[in-house]
Amino acid sequence: MRYRLKYKPYAEDAILIEWPPEIDENILQDILIFQEKIKTQYNKVIIEVVSAYNSLLVYYLSAIEDFYDKISGLKALYNSNTVPLQKKQKVWKLPVCYSPHLAPDLISFSKTKALSIDDIISLHTAPQYTVYFLGFLPGFLYLGGLPQTLHFIRKKTPAPIVERGAVAIGGNQTGIYPVDSPGGWHVIGKCPLNLFDAHQEIPSRVCPSDRVQFVSISASQYTEIRTKVLNKNYFPEPEELSWGK
Amino acid sequence: MGKVKVVTPGLFSTIQDLGRFGYAKYGVPFGGAMDRTSFTLANALLGNHENDACIEWVYQPPILQFSEPTVVCLTGARTTGFLNEKEISMNRQLRVNKNDVLTINFCKNGQYGYVGIKGGFQSEVVLNSRSFFKEITSKESLQKGDEIMYTPVKTFTDSFSVLSTKLFIPNTETLQVYKGPEFDSLTPEQKEFLIHHSFTISGMANRMAIQLNEVLPNSLPSLLTSPVLPGTVQLTPSGRLIVLMRDSQTTGGYPRVLQLNISSIDVMAQKRTHEKVKFEIKDLLL
Repeated sequence: MRYRLKYKPYAEDAILIEWPPEIDENILQDILIFQEKIKTQYNKVIIEVVSAYNSLLVYYLSAIEDFYDKISGLKALYNSNTVPLQKKQKVWKLPVCYSPHLAPDLISFSKTKALSIDDIISLHTAPQYTVYFLGFLPGFLYLGGLPQTLHFIRKKTPAPIVERGAVAIGGNQTGIYPVDSPGGWHVIGKCPLNLFDAHQEIPSRVCPSDRVQFVSISASQYTEIRTKVLNKNYFPEPEELSWGK
Repeated sequence: MGKVKVVTPGLFSTIQDLGRFGYAKYGVPFGGAMDRTSFTLANALLGNHENDACIEWVYQPPILQFSEPTVVCLTGARTTGFLNEKEISMNRQLRVNKNDVLTINFCKNGQYGYVGIKGGFQSEVVLNSRSFFKEITSKESLQKGDEIMYTPVKTFTDSFSVLSTKLFIPNTETLQVYKGPEFDSLTPEQKEFLIHHSFTISGMANRMAIQLNEVLPNSLPSLLTSPVLPGTVQLTPSGRLIVLMRDSQTTGGYPRVLQLNISSIDVMAQKRTHEKVKFEIKDLLL
């Protein structure tokens, strides 16, 4: 499917490309395919191509002399023959301990939403969430697919520190804080893994279009996995599916 | 190797190069020198590589002691420096001998300054850059007693170069901007306000962003989270404008109403609390 895209000059050295403003897996695939084509075609003149829900920002090495020329080149590239993404669909099973000892907002969330902790766990671990892109913090995954029952307005005043590994809900989104940060989301669990490692050339193992599923673990399993992470840099391998399954 | 010792760290001193590129797709900010013009001048004066690392200070500079001979220079916010209590000039090469102490006064105007060194400071490289950033580099800012490596200069030549350029960032009120992707969703009244009002730098200003005081009547909905760049001006739900700076997040959900041009980002970086700015809209498609 081809979309009607908008091309906007963004800065002397950047062009923004926009898809219709929707959170949609077909748009995600189209964005990632175009991103790959741009990276291949313009490798020598771009710094990088940043993606989000419905946009790509093409950031060039130097000031653009002729925007009309660059944009018509991008349009032709979008309409050129498309090779589907070669990679397999990865599903990451990420362990989460849903315990009030590790999740400061779990009890208040449960009371306000009138859901038992077990209900919260079964609702939150049911879906395979789609990774749309990374942003906000180093290694922060924007996940689509939070069940409506768990939607919950953000805190009015953000907490000064949300700890690395906090699994939280804000509005219609859920996510994992990859590093310590101030934050306004409600923390309902904690993940023992390091989602971001600045000392790896690819600092996040989880990438856009991958799937994420949360798996409930006990407090003792949390400690056990956390020890493996700290001592051996442990990160689970993903399950790989062929496309279309 | 030579070592520069941080005798006192100043207010918030960091190591900076041009920044961290190629990792925004992992949510890693670009970072890099706040005032890129003054940073680049420091490396040019020393005949360095353009990406060599300098010490960046803000408002209150550090005191530094050098263990081996080298050549340094001071650029950025206008100030007075002393090498072992002897007054020195900004914007030129300065010969440093073993154990010399460099002291820099509080700056008189502007706020970001740079100490460049021949060959650059050799701090750790993480994700292809030495620029300090919390959770990426092991330090967020320089602390008392820190030591940073550099390659000493063995033989000094008396050659010098003359740069034909402005040595200080112009202290102009006018920032040149382009229309942001959401500019056209603004009402005529909002556009009018943006173009004709002066805006005041608030106390909420750091390497990530600078908030402006004035409130624009705002009823724009927030958007689906989208990419942003340093220099992007966002309109927040409260009606205040936020100018994103070098350490800004890579994506954001507030309408992007303006984009500062490349040199205006450096002008903005040097603005202090209570100073005023005005936006002058230019067209990118000329």
